[in-house]
Amino acid sequence: MSEKPKIGMYWCASCGGCEESVVDLAEGILDVVAAVDIVFWPVAMDFKRADIEAMPDGSIAATFINGAVRTSEQLEMVRLLRQKSAAVIAYGSCAQMGGIPGLANQKDREDILRYVYEESPTVENAAQIRPQRTHGVNGATATLPSFHGNVRTLDQVIPVEYYLPGCPPTPRLLAAAVQALLEGALPAAGSVLAPDTALCEECPRRDSKPEELHIDQFHRPHAVHIDAERCLLAQGVVCMGPATRGGCEAVCVQGNMPCTGCFGPTSRVKDQGAKMLSSLAANSAGEEDAAITGVLESIPDPLGTLYRYGLPASMLHRSLSDTNRSKEQST
Amino acid sequence: MNMQQPNSGEDAAWRPRIVAFFCNWCTYTAADLAGVSRMKYAPNTRIVRVMCSGRIDPQFVLDAFRHGADGVLIGGCHPGDCHYSEGNYKALRRYHLLRRLLADMGVAEQRFRLEWISASEGDKVKSVIDQMVAQLQELGPLDLPGRRADWDAELGENGEDDLTAGIAAEAAEEVSHV
Repeated sequence: MSEKPKIGMYWCASCGGCEESVVDLAEGILDVVAAVDIVFWPVAMDFKRADIEAMPDGSIAATFINGAVRTSEQLEMVRLLRQKSAAVIAYGSCAQMGGIPGLANQKDREDILRYVYEESPTVENAAQIRPQRTHGVNGATATLPSFHGNVRTLDQVIPVEYYLPGCPPTPRLLAAAVQALLEGALPAAGSVLAPDTALCEECPRRDSKPEELHIDQFHRPHAVHIDAERCLLAQGVVCMGPATRGGCEAVCVQGNMPCTGCFGPTSRVKDQGAKMLSSLAANSAGEEDAAITGVLESIPDPLGTLYRYGLPASMLHRSLSDTNRSKEQST
Repeated sequence: MNMQQPNSGEDAAWRPRIVAFFCNWCTYTAADLAGVSRMKYAPNTRIVRVMCSGRIDPQFVLDAFRHGADGVLIGGCHPGDCHYSEGNYKALRRYHLLRRLLADMGVAEQRFRLEWISASEGDKVKSVIDQMVAQLQELGPLDLPGRRADWDAELGENGEDDLTAGIAAEAAEEVSHV
């Protein structure tokens, strides 16, 4: 039993979908469980932090960590797991790029806390009570983790060997990664365990993508009847395919929905949102200011569209309007 | 590109730094003309020559900010004059969308500018750069490298997590108040 490679699984700031994606392996999970020894998986098994602390450094063959890092507890845990693991795999969009929780980097910490605990329409909190990091109870002190100012990707706080992209990663990619791990056939450290080509390469609608696009109006998916055969960009629907890594088998496009970018960029792109912005703008219509802005206004939320999964991993990381530092004007 | 600032720390010594992407056929030639005509203009601009304003990837703009630029200026041929017929229209569309994105990111609009400057408009190079420097001087440093260091202070010094120590200290304080 102890000869089998040890595997850990942990979640940070994420929705839980990555944890469930393990079950997407279906009966394949039985082969995985037979081949490895799961030593840590809080959502499913009863191992404690102390069990991990007692293990020798580097003794876990690989730990799959999903979720972005926002609290001091998450930071502590991923540092501990880093120390105990030979390889750390950033599992899913949030660990890789910040994910949906990373969109919180549009706001300052104080704005978030004020909204959540005081201003949200569903909150009744006349006394304006906020959670405190410490609280005395019966002579003892209870503590809460601190809530960081920024959402961070996993590799912004610890070194990461591999990335399994996706929201969540597909069973095929997970199975391939586990297989490679068991066979010692993993690629060079730093690799994303998915093809290094854009999604368009494997898109079933690829042949219907015109040579040149002149998009004169963008449509949100719910507001238009989408032709199930034609390239989505040719129909004016923002599809992140050109700036997004493939390997997902184009599941969203096959479901007649545009790619929203969860696999992140290929290795040749440093900033997925900026690259997609470049492509969208170049392929839209208009040669004069008014005509151009008219077309581009039909993309209501550029930031949330272009960086839906990757704001913390972007070149700017977060909104720069933090009030305590600069004279930037909020527009 | 080394964007280290020799006089960082002293606001009095701070001078805005602009990264300018000028197209080879019009604006770069205009900057050259401004030089040969011995026009005096603010020395705060680092000019990068590109073949066409349509070559300017929005990643270049963000990368300049990331490395410490306080402003980014794009210069290209007037509409209708592009050497490659429509590169400047692509640049203009990218500029409009990137402007909106930068506004959403809390970057003041004066920090990102696009100007059409033909090869004969050396004086416009001077006036645009002088004006942009004055605006940035007013706005103060963007200082993304400095901000990143500030943001990461919460991760603890030397990679050590001092948050636990912080909680312990606060806890001790709280208990002493009880």
